[in-house]
Amino acid sequence: MAAKPSTAKDTGNQPAATPVTATPSSIRRAAGPDVLTGAQAIVRSLEKLEVDTVFGLPGGTILPTYDPLFETDKIRHILVRHEQGAGHAAEGYAASSGKLGVCIATSGPGATNLITALADAHMDSVPMLAITGQQASGLLGTDAFQEADIVGMTMPVTKHSFLVTKAEDIPAALINAHHIATTGRPGPVLVDITKDAQTGTAPFVWPEEPVLPGYRPVLKPHAKQIREAARLISEAARPVFYIGGGVIRSEAEKELLRLAEATNIPVATTLMARGAFPDSHRLHLGMPGMHGSVPAVTAFQKSDLLIAIGARFDDRVTGKLDSFAPDAQVIHADIDPAEIGKNREVDVAIVGDAREVLAEMLNELRGKFPKALERQREPWWRFLNRLKQTYPLGYDRHGELCDPQYVISRISALTGPEAVYAAGVGQHQMWAAQFVEFERPKSWLNSGGLGTMGYSVPAAMGAKVAQPDRVVWAIDGDGCFQMTNQELATCALNNIPIKVAIINNSSLGMVRQWQTLFYDGRYSNTDLNTGHETIRIPDFVKLAEAYGCEALRVDRNDDVDAAIEKALSINDRPVVLDFTVPPDAMVWPMVAAGVSNDEIEYARGIRPEFDGEGEEEAEAAIAEADADEDGTVRSVAQIEGGLE
Amino acid sequence: MNNRHTLSVLVENKPGVLTRFTGLIARRGFNIHSLAVGVTEYDELSRITVVVDVNDVPLEQVTKQLNKLVNVIKIVELEPETSVRRAHIIYKVKANAATRPQVASAVEMFRAKIVDVGPDSVSIEATGELGKVDALREVLEPFGIKEIVQSGTVAIGRGAKSITDRALRG
Repeated sequence: MAAKPSTAKDTGNQPAATPVTATPSSIRRAAGPDVLTGAQAIVRSLEKLEVDTVFGLPGGTILPTYDPLFETDKIRHILVRHEQGAGHAAEGYAASSGKLGVCIATSGPGATNLITALADAHMDSVPMLAITGQQASGLLGTDAFQEADIVGMTMPVTKHSFLVTKAEDIPAALINAHHIATTGRPGPVLVDITKDAQTGTAPFVWPEEPVLPGYRPVLKPHAKQIREAARLISEAARPVFYIGGGVIRSEAEKELLRLAEATNIPVATTLMARGAFPDSHRLHLGMPGMHGSVPAVTAFQKSDLLIAIGARFDDRVTGKLDSFAPDAQVIHADIDPAEIGKNREVDVAIVGDAREVLAEMLNELRGKFPKALERQREPWWRFLNRLKQTYPLGYDRHGELCDPQYVISRISALTGPEAVYAAGVGQHQMWAAQFVEFERPKSWLNSGGLGTMGYSVPAAMGAKVAQPDRVVWAIDGDGCFQMTNQELATCALNNIPIKVAIINNSSLGMVRQWQTLFYDGRYSNTDLNTGHETIRIPDFVKLAEAYGCEALRVDRNDDVDAAIEKALSINDRPVVLDFTVPPDAMVWPMVAAGVSNDEIEYARGIRPEFDGEGEEEAEAAIAEADADEDGTVRSVAQIEGGLE
Repeated sequence: MNNRHTLSVLVENKPGVLTRFTGLIARRGFNIHSLAVGVTEYDELSRITVVVDVNDVPLEQVTKQLNKLVNVIKIVELEPETSVRRAHIIYKVKANAATRPQVASAVEMFRAKIVDVGPDSVSIEATGELGKVDALREVLEPFGIKEIVQSGTVAIGRGAKSITDRALRG
């Protein structure tokens, strides 16, 4: 039990009583800053930073902070069932709102349980603050009870971290942590605070601004680089936008839309950027990468100019790197200079915020290269449109059980683009990325870089807290769901009515797909026994009911709509829908790992027709596009005539 | 030797900074050839001089990542032509009454210094570019080297400019 500190009664809301009690209040205010305990300083600092929600779970070394947290009415603390859930909830809160996500844990195992979420936020550039309790400073390094060197352990997976051993250092550490987490390339920051720093007292002095001499992110792109980029854009015959998650983090969607429409250049949005550009837009090609659309993947391969914005040439996008977009020059704009040129050599490097970069590019094109904005790029578009028509997203019907792609497309159609969709990791994640129609940024949450199974339920919980007026779907797998479903209790008890769709194929589906394709169908340890014709352990319907959720099992496509409608009608508790799908459904298209993107398969054994007639037609279209390279506007007839 | 680079790094003088710095280099799988850390003319800054064996492209990548460390203020690569670099080394060499004069004359030629003399050994202190102290080592080797201790290389740019100029702004 933590004794309530008697030195100061201030809770962060009211001015504290100063030691000089006999003086009138006007003089009292001038007497100096309030003296607070470190614990109170943590709460007051979070209030100053306008943090309204924290996800956490108390324990011995963070107990002092839970006492003032109990009293504040400005911060909602949501008690999770596992610290990893707090971490992913903070991520979901941040990714769906653009605000900082905050989680709190105790020392030792509480802190180590946060590591996966920290690593996840680090890979996906999520603004997150983790506050951990730590053993008293005198015990550091002695293997004291629940002591873990969490600052040391998390150095490679945080943007920065602080170890605070004195109460007086708490406000500066928290304002600095907030600044680092939310600016530049966002990321997770850990603040580890010893128990004696929480119980000690110090005058509460709020720094006017963060003081970080070694931290100066570059936001404004260099004019010369923008000019060079605009010149390449004006000269390119087959340009394509390669849009990454940075566009969502910098809220640059309007600037992207304007630039894409002004230049008539096709747009591909990566897994992290789904929603940065409307799926329904005529310029959109879909997602590039291992399970990308044929038009997006092929556009990169045939392009002569990749305009990469806030993307990082991840191996899941490039496939075999040395055959990726072989004919393309590259403009690479990113807020993180270390990403530029990391995997692919670039022709124009631009360090800056995506929003400024996109706006400046358009200004530059308008001012210096107005002809580039008149180009229709008809041959290039004829080639791409033919791909769009010939190779739309599709799937084979199973017939008996629910088709996973059908389930997801119906969830999207019946719920609409204003909702938030959070996926786990695996087949269902790829199907969700493909078959949900995204129209707005921050509507798609997933673990892209780290690939964290179990992300979905807690991330959806965080998103629902941040966006209570939006419908929030967790699209989960039967494997992922079993990693973090304990947070359903948190949702049920705290009035966080998320909706969970388990795409239950009774197996670790993506691993099974690889076993089908690359291990001769030897299904080593991928059968989970949760689905069709198994003993169903656990029974997800009973499990969800035990957690106070509404739950339904859906076995046939015919029942899918009714179940979704029912889920949408329930808003007083979480809903779990257990969709029985066949284990043999696979994610297509696919580029196998380590293989060239030219080897994309539209479905098993089916490669897009780039041989024979199809290939000739493609080459002709590309030659036409190249002939158009001088930037003058010509009619299709002129182009075609000119080529003969 | 062609891939040897000397980086001079200004960092905040705070606990844990060296761990972050070396941890990042280790994560990239580079070996640190030499490392020296010390004060600067400002109390709040420390200076790390690190020598790494690495090709230009990965060096650029690691430099960019080191620059991202919040506690790193500035990184400068010091080129051999435009900087002075020094390592400090002490050799303990076998020497008896018969061989001591020969050792002493080698020490003299290299403008090194004998700092300790025992009945069977002498300790020799040398300062200079690594090439020079390595050459001394070759000369001393036949006598029998019992022990070597070496500081990290420290390096400073030639001329009036200081790397701390403008490093403390904002």
